[in-house]
Amino acid sequence: MCLGVPGKVLEVNGNVATVDFFGLKRPIFLDVVDEPVAPGDYILNHVGFAIRRIPASEAEETLALYRQLLAETDDDPMASDVRGEIAATRKTGNDGGSD
Amino acid sequence: MTADPIDREVSELKFREPEKGRALADALARTVRRAVEKTGRSPIAVMHVCGSHEQAIAKFGLRAAFPRELDVIMGPGCPVCVTDLPEVDEAVALATDGVIVATYGDMVRVPGTAMSLADARSEGARVEVVYSASHAVELARSTDKQVVFFASGFETTAVATAAVLLKGTPPNFSVLSAHKYIPPVMEIVAEMPGTRVEGFLAAGHAATITGWGIFESFVERHGIPVVVAGFEPLDILAGLLKLVELIRDSTARVENMYPRCVTREGNRRAQEQLWKVFRPTGGRWRGIAHVPNGNLRLRGEWSSVDARQRFRIDAARMWKHSPAALVERCLCVDIMAGIRSPTDCALFARECSPDSPVGACMVSTEGTCRIWSQYGGGYPDLGGSR
Repeated sequence: MCLGVPGKVLEVNGNVATVDFFGLKRPIFLDVVDEPVAPGDYILNHVGFAIRRIPASEAEETLALYRQLLAETDDDPMASDVRGEIAATRKTGNDGGSD
Repeated sequence: MTADPIDREVSELKFREPEKGRALADALARTVRRAVEKTGRSPIAVMHVCGSHEQAIAKFGLRAAFPRELDVIMGPGCPVCVTDLPEVDEAVALATDGVIVATYGDMVRVPGTAMSLADARSEGARVEVVYSASHAVELARSTDKQVVFFASGFETTAVATAAVLLKGTPPNFSVLSAHKYIPPVMEIVAEMPGTRVEGFLAAGHAATITGWGIFESFVERHGIPVVVAGFEPLDILAGLLKLVELIRDSTARVENMYPRCVTREGNRRAQEQLWKVFRPTGGRWRGIAHVPNGNLRLRGEWSSVDARQRFRIDAARMWKHSPAALVERCLCVDIMAGIRSPTDCALFARECSPDSPVGACMVSTEGTCRIWSQYGGGYPDLGGSR
């Protein structure tokens, strides 16, 4: 539950960004993140909200670890938490949208 | 402790950069040795307060790389596990009264006094698993029935609950807050009589919200160091190395070893939203104690969306039932306080398993027992260090 998952911002539309999580495009809320977010940035997603913009230069190492976690089976708790974080963005596309 | 076994074991870690991991583990072994020599205490005991730290330590086999004279204890870092029985009872009471209860997956099987939400569901109550507070709001928009979001988690997750309330929610939506706030519980642990904890590894993502500056007054009051660390194997080793250096030098200070996410001030925008919606209040954490300011409750201005104000919640009816016999033998309480390990519990991996959990520590993916059971039986074996 404390594990944020990094993703790459593809598009920003009001307070919702479309974010690429390891090939999955997901909408994610920008209500809470404290810096302007633009396409190409990386963000840390926690339960469907970006909580932090991560400098791109520092994202790669983190991304590699999560790629490894995602390759694990479903009964791995850490892997299932990572999947849960990505699923937290599942249906948020039609919600909000203006800021 | 010689370097050879550490070398061997660290080389088996799933690092992308095994050389870095080995170098950090070697440095940690040397520094722990020096700390033991200088302080005259062994083992050096440090505590982390985050389920995700424990997951990473267990999953990547880090305990095998820790020197024997370093005891890394998991404290009350699993928000699901520290949710108190009466809080679960409130959610169960609401569910059995016909309200739709939406909650994070781990909360469903957490035992209350007599029942879990899963038990209520098997008796016909409607309990929905959501991954995000915003999903709970969508659920409310799709029905005329009352939807209560049973909200758990530390400040990172509470921020999301605050954000959905600030955006506006449908009239049939309300929040039953079991959110918890980490900094106050560190005070409790530091003041526990007989505590051996000489330093804290603080959770990187909670600190992303609060900032590392929040730990400065704690360090001043208790004279023990705090190091903020991330969740990757190298982050954890680097965080522990810094923490043991501070202990070795008898330096009480806050160090931020997770600067790519954590600043001194933290995420101000998130803090504003958090404190606009929530107020800290005292309450029991399961297994720990009454924690002053450790619970996050909705502020008075939000009473119209506070399930505790909207409904007359009769949780007391649960208290007539006595807990199952096995529960009385469960060591969750001591495990969460960092006094004992899962392997000290007679139920662990026998009557209590991930498929059939007795205590909250076995339910949550962030619970110590669940994590230890997942990553291999009694492993990690802390040997003579405990």
